[in-house]
This record gives sequence, C-alpha cells and structure tokens, in this order.
Amino acid sequence: MKYFGLVWKNVWRKKIRTSLTLLSVFVAFLLFALLSAIGYAFKGGEDVADAERLIVIDKVSLINPLPQAYRNRIASTPGVHSVAHASWFGGFYQEPRNQFGQFPTNPYEYFSMYPELKMPQEQLDAWAKNRQGAVVGREIADQFNIKVGDRIPIQATIWTKSDGSRTWEFDIEGIFETDDPRGSTAFMLFQHDYFEEARAFAKGTVGWYVLRVEPGADPVEVSNAIDLQFANSPNETETSTEAAFAQSFAKQFGNIALIVTLILGAVFFTLLLVSGNTMSQSVRERISELAVLKTLGFSDRSVLGVVLSESILIMLMGGLLGLGVGWVLVQGAAQAMGAFLPGIYLSPQSILIAIAVMIGAGIVAGVFPALKAMRLSIIDALARA
Amino acid sequence: MSEVLATLSGVSKTYQKGKEKVEVLHNLDLEIAGGDFIAVMGPSGSGKTTLLNLLGGLDTPTAGTVRVGDSELSSMSNSQLSRWRSTNIGFIFQFYNLLPVLTAQKNVELPLLLTDFSGAERAKRAAIALDIVGLADRAKHYPRELSGGQEQRVAIARAIVSDPTLLLCDEPTGDLDRETADEILKLLQILNREHGKTIIMVTHDAQAAEYANHTLHCDKGTLEAREAT
Repeated sequence: MKYFGLVWKNVWRKKIRTSLTLLSVFVAFLLFALLSAIGYAFKGGEDVADAERLIVIDKVSLINPLPQAYRNRIASTPGVHSVAHASWFGGFYQEPRNQFGQFPTNPYEYFSMYPELKMPQEQLDAWAKNRQGAVVGREIADQFNIKVGDRIPIQATIWTKSDGSRTWEFDIEGIFETDDPRGSTAFMLFQHDYFEEARAFAKGTVGWYVLRVEPGADPVEVSNAIDLQFANSPNETETSTEAAFAQSFAKQFGNIALIVTLILGAVFFTLLLVSGNTMSQSVRERISELAVLKTLGFSDRSVLGVVLSESILIMLMGGLLGLGVGWVLVQGAAQAMGAFLPGIYLSPQSILIAIAVMIGAGIVAGVFPALKAMRLSIIDALARA
Repeated sequence: MSEVLATLSGVSKTYQKGKEKVEVLHNLDLEIAGGDFIAVMGPSGSGKTTLLNLLGGLDTPTAGTVRVGDSELSSMSNSQLSRWRSTNIGFIFQFYNLLPVLTAQKNVELPLLLTDFSGAERAKRAAIALDIVGLADRAKHYPRELSGGQEQRVAIARAIVSDPTLLLCDEPTGDLDRETADEILKLLQILNREHGKTIIMVTHDAQAAEYANHTLHCDKGTLEAREAT
C-alpha cells in the first residue's frame, strides 16, 4: 500500500493516454456486463433450475400438447413425489407490444412445485377459489401498474374462446415475488379450469408437466420410467431435468453463449493490445527513472511490482467503472424488457469473473514491460540517460 | 587518523565493448577514511564513474574486493545489494534524476518507502532533509517548478534522508552555473563537516575539487593522490 502513491502518480503521468486507455477498458467491461446479462436471460433460467424437478414435454415438439389424462399416470410412477402442469397462452395486455408469459395451471400444485415463488397464503386461497382469478409476478405488476383487485383483459393470439372472442378477462387475486435474485417474476398464472372450460379447441390437454422426484430417487431412472410408459403412444414424451429443458429451450435462439464469448473474446484481445502498448510506452519513457529507483535500493521485485500494479490499477479503474455503469443499464434493461426477455441479470458470478478478468488482463498487459523494468541494468540505463 | 570506511583491494574492472575488452580500472588499491571528502578527477573514460558504481554496489569488480563498512560487496547478491544501498549509500547525479510526477517532498520520501516508517514519519523526515538543504518552502513543488540548483538540493535531500554514511556524487555541479555550483558545493561541505558524511565526488571542475579534503586523479585505470590546494 505504501507504493500506492507512486503507482497512482505514474498511472496519470500522461493524462490523455491514460484516459484513452481507461475508456477502452471501460467500454470492454460495459459490453461484458450487458452481454453477460443478456446471455444469462437466454440461458432461460438454467442456473436457477432445481435438480429435483423434471419437465415432461411431447417428444416431437414443445408446442404439441400432452393429454391431461397423463397426469395420474405420471403421478403414480415410482419415484414421483408430486406433479403440476402448465400451458403456453401467448397473449398480450392492452397492446401487442405488452407481451409477457401467461400460463394456465393449478394454483396449489404450481406453488407447491415452485417454493421459490412467494405469495401470501390468503392471496393463493383467493385465487384458488376464483375460476377467473389470476396472479401476476412483481415485475409485471410494477411494469403495468397492476394491483390486487384489478380486472384485466388479455388478448389471446392462439386461444380463441368457445364464443369466438379473443379477449380473456381475469381478476387479479395476488402478486408473487421470488426469493431468488436470479429468478424471474415476469409472467402471469391463471386457473387451468377456466382455460379448459372457455377455450374453443384442444380441450383435455396441457402444454407440459412438471414433477418433483422423491428425495433419494434417481431423476434419470424416473425420466426413463415415464418416457417408457408413453412409448409407442400417439403422444410420446421426453422427460428431462429442468436445466436440460432450459438449455434446449435457449438453443432455439441459437448458441447465444458462443456468440457472447466470441464478441467478448475479440473485445478483450483488442483491449490487451491497447493496454499492453500503453504499458510498454510508459516503461520505455522512464527507463532512467526506473534505474534511479533501483539505485535508491528498490529491489528487482519491487520494480516489477510497481509496474504490474500500474497495469492492474488501470484495468480495475476502467473495468469497475464499466461494470458499474453496465449494472445500472442492466437494471434499466431488466425493467424495460423484462416482459419480453425475462431474466436479464448481471449475476454475482459474472461480476467475479469480470474482476478476475480485470486482474488477469492487467497482469498479461503489464508483465512484459514489468519484466523489462525488472531486468534493467542500472549502469546501462543511467549511462543512456 | 579516522577509521577506514571503504577499502578497494586489487580491484580491476573490464568491460566488453564489441569484440574488444576494455580495462577501465587496473589492480586498484584504495582506502577511504570515514568522514573524508574526496574529489575524483580525470579525463572522460578514465574510470571515475566506474569507481563510484563499485563503491555504491551498482557494479561488481572483475577482480579484487570492495568493502564498505562491514559489508563485502563483491560477495553480495543483487537483492542484498539493493537493501544495503537503501540504508548505506546516498547517490547524487549530474542531472538530478528526480521523478517528475512527484513533488519535492515525495521525491525525498522515496528511499524511506523501503523502510518500515509510517507515512507521517516519512513526511517528517523528508521535511527535515528539505530543511537541511534550505528548501522547506518548496516541498509541494514539482521538479518542473524548480530551478536546476533547487532540483539538485532536492536530490541531495533525497540522498541524505535515510542517513547514509557514504554520499556518492557523480558530477553534482556539472549542469549548474558557477554561482549555483558553489552553493551546492558549500552544502556538500556542510554535510561533510557538520553531519559527518563521507563524500566521494567525481568532477571535471578543478574549482569544485577545491571544496574536497583530498583530490584523487584517475587516469588509465589507476589513481594518484593530490593534496587540495
């Protein structure tokens, strides 16, 4: 720490050059923050997946529904603890741009299946009692200013009602939150019974089943047992863990993780060239000063440490600023785009990776100039000066 | 006669210059008494600066031994020499060699960064050193805001702040006008007489050499003593 003053002064020796380098570091880590958060959203909640939850979908395609009659057969499969189901509704609120997920389901089964979703018991009971009741997540409630007691219309894009109407009306009975900061609440749930009764077609089906395995049961064995039951039937199933389901869902949009990695790889490679050049110039310009430090008694390792610290400090200053601004923008993006792309989130893991990259890039950019400074011959350097 | 502070025994120094070997110092024997002020004169390339570098542990002899105080420099490693220099030697250069990004005060504090002193203690000692060289009121000034003479005074303060026994000066007045040079030389004399510093000063300037107690003439790798007039 006692060398910090010296390191700080050296970093700001050429203010314009340092500012430009800081700007490039800032932009690189701003991009890192934004792309990580968007990449996280596209992972589709893979990281929040519960290892004991399995998803059962139609083997051919997620959009093919499954018979409702499968529920009891799945529930009676050895190793299955409980079952819930849901379907994709795909409507919008007021205007087509206000799209978010809506899912018909069974209130108690669903909330029992997803204990991370929190809602007062009286709201859950009120929803269960009201066939036209619905509950919305906190993100949706805040974005569209929806309150308990409101009656809201949802325009269906797929599901027309038996009377030919496409407007579904719901009574908001509750607002749920999540205790997992990575989880999304940008969706709405309503009663499957109402959906089943009012829809014009595909009666007797659900979109998918979610089940929880018994403690100690092997999820792979349970998956195989379920799929075996429905083999050679008109609706064969594919059962997978929640994480695998999330991964395959995200892959529909392409390999977002690879795209993000490639973009960031190019950005950081350029960053290393820029900052490495800055450090090399900085050391070249003060060969005689470094020789003086050594003359005064600074050891080779101290000189190495001073130069490396300068490089790491530049990365940390620009990087933390970029990450900070990125975090603010991600919060804004999560609010503005939460309904279309829920789960935009700058995870603590991404922040730790970014800080590790800052330190690593600082070392890589500074190591050659620092070694040059360390190996400097005092006699030669002073003679040249 | 004062106690011997530094001894060079049979010291030779040879440099490789391309394919040619150049012997700068040849079988040199020298004893330097503690508290002495010695001027070393001689033509360019005669080995004056090499002598200073050997005494300051910046260079090692090709043959022979260099001893300063209780330390046999020839047998010390690089890191041992660094540590030793930080407490035993003060260097003063012709072109001052201050760090332009640091104030006078912070330049003087530099050698103290290698000690365990607190920030407050470092500042206090640097202030005392600046006071000794008559620049207490320039502590917050950067080198670019100082005259050549003032810069050299700051360099002298930096050299004495860790209270070394031996000051090695390589043409300390070579870049100064006569009047300022005399001020610097008087300051060195004060440091020698009143603060007991042993000073070895390389110079081309015969008038500067008159401030020393003895003058050694260096030529073709050997030394010859001449009394100050």
